[in-house]
Amino acid sequence: MSATGIGAAVRRKEDFRFITGQGQYTDDVTRPDEARAVFVRSPHAHAKIRNIEVSAAKTMPGVIAVLTGAELAADKIGNLICGWMIHSKDGSPMKMAPHPALTTGKVNHVGDAVAVVIAETLAQGRDAAEKVKVDYEPLPSVTDAAKAKSGPQIHEVAPKNTIYEWSLGDEKATTAAFAKAKHVTKLDIVNNRLVPNAVEPRAALAEYDAGTDQLTLWNTTQNPHVARLVIAAFVAMAPEHKLRVIAPDVGGGFGSKIFIYPEEVVCLWAARKTRRPVKWVAERSESFLTDAHGRDHVTHAELALDENGKILALRAKTIANLGAYMSTFSSSIPTYLYATLMSGQYDIPQIHCEVDAVYTNTVPVDAYRGAGRPEATFVVERLVEVAAREMKIEPAELRKRNFIKSFPHQTPVIMAYDAGDYHASLKKAMELADVKGFNKRKRESARNGKLRGIGYSTYIEACGIAPSQAVGSLGAGVGLWESAEVRVNPTGSVEVLTGSHAHGQGHETTFAQLVSERLGIPFENVSIVHGDTDKVQFGMGTYGSRSGAVGMSAIVKALDKIEAKAKKVAAFMMEAAETDIEFKDGKFTVAGTDKSVGFGDVALNAYIAHKFTGAQLEPGLKETSFYDPTNFTFPAGCHICEVEVDSETGKAEIVAWTAVDDFGTVINPMIVEGQVHGGIAQGVGQALLEGAVYDKDGQLVTGSFMDYSMPHAHDLPSFHVGLTETKSPSNPLGIKGCGEAGAIAAPAAVINAITDAIGSEQLSMPATANAVWAAMQHAPAQRQAAE
Amino acid sequence: MPTVSMTVNGKAVSGQVEERTLLVQFLRENLRLTGTHVGCDTSQCGACVIHLDGIAAKSCTLLALQCEGAKITTIEGLAEPNGPLHPMQEAFRQNHGLQCGYCTPGMIMAALDIVRRNGHDLDEHTIREQLDGNICRCTGYHNIVKAIAAGAKAMKGGAPSRQAAE
Repeated sequence: MSATGIGAAVRRKEDFRFITGQGQYTDDVTRPDEARAVFVRSPHAHAKIRNIEVSAAKTMPGVIAVLTGAELAADKIGNLICGWMIHSKDGSPMKMAPHPALTTGKVNHVGDAVAVVIAETLAQGRDAAEKVKVDYEPLPSVTDAAKAKSGPQIHEVAPKNTIYEWSLGDEKATTAAFAKAKHVTKLDIVNNRLVPNAVEPRAALAEYDAGTDQLTLWNTTQNPHVARLVIAAFVAMAPEHKLRVIAPDVGGGFGSKIFIYPEEVVCLWAARKTRRPVKWVAERSESFLTDAHGRDHVTHAELALDENGKILALRAKTIANLGAYMSTFSSSIPTYLYATLMSGQYDIPQIHCEVDAVYTNTVPVDAYRGAGRPEATFVVERLVEVAAREMKIEPAELRKRNFIKSFPHQTPVIMAYDAGDYHASLKKAMELADVKGFNKRKRESARNGKLRGIGYSTYIEACGIAPSQAVGSLGAGVGLWESAEVRVNPTGSVEVLTGSHAHGQGHETTFAQLVSERLGIPFENVSIVHGDTDKVQFGMGTYGSRSGAVGMSAIVKALDKIEAKAKKVAAFMMEAAETDIEFKDGKFTVAGTDKSVGFGDVALNAYIAHKFTGAQLEPGLKETSFYDPTNFTFPAGCHICEVEVDSETGKAEIVAWTAVDDFGTVINPMIVEGQVHGGIAQGVGQALLEGAVYDKDGQLVTGSFMDYSMPHAHDLPSFHVGLTETKSPSNPLGIKGCGEAGAIAAPAAVINAITDAIGSEQLSMPATANAVWAAMQHAPAQRQAAE
Repeated sequence: MPTVSMTVNGKAVSGQVEERTLLVQFLRENLRLTGTHVGCDTSQCGACVIHLDGIAAKSCTLLALQCEGAKITTIEGLAEPNGPLHPMQEAFRQNHGLQCGYCTPGMIMAALDIVRRNGHDLDEHTIREQLDGNICRCTGYHNIVKAIAAGAKAMKGGAPSRQAAE
């Protein structure tokens, strides 16, 4: 392994601009004559719009325009869409309600945009927005997923607010398996609604060039080409080739910046209408009301086991809250990214999962780090842990009895796991966590008035999203391949134009490591270009832990083509047969001789083209690949959480965290560990601190950082992170992907630990001091300290 | 519109602002120093932290006019252009203390203030407690804590930078 090759903890190239304040995020971009957009948003959860009075606003200083949904519709701007078709059990298609960028007729959640002010300055825009008078007729609302079906109907197309009623698995066989069970564990689980809250708020800057009839959009997007496609083809803003989308530096996404939102649509439309560049930047409280939220499932789940603790079957019934409108990928999260992981790491013969998706008067819900897999892992790992306690089998032992041991393994829920060794991760994690010493630590904690608990989460997930035909057959409207163009310059440096997009993942470094090692050229000589639809060929973007498995695989395939062509050039240079050329460590050698030329020489010759004719070989050295993965990848591992709970206040503190993950091949262990740390932090946030709360009037009570508890440094421990490796057989590098694993594994580990400490299972997330204290009041007599 | 004058990163500057213009807006929009970021509207995220007369302050919670005559240092003022990085900046890079980079300027400026108040030998607990005013969503803080501890130690030798100890 070289100092800058695959497997090296290379320090990041992108850091320099960030640590010196020279990053260029969307709000850092300014265009001459820029105007600002301020949205007028509904203060009601559900209301008819009787009238919108804009005349007072229009006369305010600095106002350029005040626009409403009526004008948007008159200009024939199309609606936002959900791009993944899900059918109900009865075969009917999901009930997708219209979602215009500015609503007309009715508002459907607090924050729903009804008008926009375009003004010279932000301050003037805000002042004018306050003067827009909307006459609302409030309607009853419903925000609770469990109550949606009996609540006031929100959309005409969806009676009982039901979007779809879907299921996966063999119900009859599952019921039969349950009938044979010696033990059944039952749980009612709420997977709490979360707000992603990337620290950079969403922003859009749109500009129209009348001379060329060209629109440009700078946007905080994880997938500029997808944004361009949706805005062109579905929203019908402009033909695709007349729309350029640029994602500059983006300050975190976690899924929330995948989707196409009303704000960028409105900015584009307003820029063309007013002939001024239009910029919008979310205020944080606006982010709370408009960024797609995550999770929000209500589930009843059951696990059937035989007398030896061998799992016979699992079934779950989930109500998934999708909010007031169907966001871009929303339908897929509680279906094909959730139910398909219900086997966990276990050999479960029968599984049946039913999911009802509902509308409520809340912010739309869509993918958020883990997207369906945290929800699945929580169900499976809580069932297994509680079953172990009920059957008085050690939690680790119960898991071992049920781990899948031979691969490939076809689960009853579509996924076929390709390679893994779950026992290895568990064993290593238990060693690293010193599980043997737990009882001693527990006694020590008790002496200090603390209840100590330990919780496992042996998770698996499906990512490296995804084989296009497979997801297409499941309803996806797009393929999920990735693209790369490797452009060798005459002077031997290389640019890689990747369809992936980095918003913290370090692609400028890791992708360069790959290219540098393969071509034998210095790491400094490789540039990664991403985020601009004018520069980079169509790509699907970054989410679903796919940029290693799919994005890098595309680069590998392009590098294969580069190597093949370079060998041809080298053959001409050395007057040898192409088949006699070997390439190693940056040198092309004629086999069996000491004749060689370096990569740099070959690059120059490819462009100077003096050593061959055009009929023999095309000049140039630039190759493209569109890589479609052959399967999902299946990262898996074991997280072990230790907590101390204050027996008087219920406050839980995480005192140790051990994670052993199998991500297959690791390009940069420093970056991979960072991804695990960040994922764990978000998972701990879900388990202990976070939760979006609506009151009975549909107001988002947790509407700012004052009330929505974000994890701070003092809420978290340092993490012990280890790796095992079983390479993925499904892509050339053997990468599984690591971006979401921490968020997927963590919540179950935390809740398993706290429930272990307090001896009660009646605990929901977030496990605040109050919640834990309340659960403790219902606990049977505390478990003995010495076991 | 009133005019405000102050020193930013060693340079005398002035500009026209409204009474309600925040310092962060003055820095970003009037002076085009976009390294200082806005991440929230309740003064909690810390992405806007700068140094005001040598002390960390949240530029989102200061009016520009309040800073008349003040000495302001932003992230852009830590290292000489084309000069070496400040040890704290270098420590963030060496320890992978950043991912998306958005919280990073505020994090680094806050870190320097932790050193000013608590010295160069910082333990994990102190750093974690002292970061109460800074939110990071990407890193889980693990490497930020390492970076700050390392940066604090490296500053012991006396940092060659414009950031004089005040």
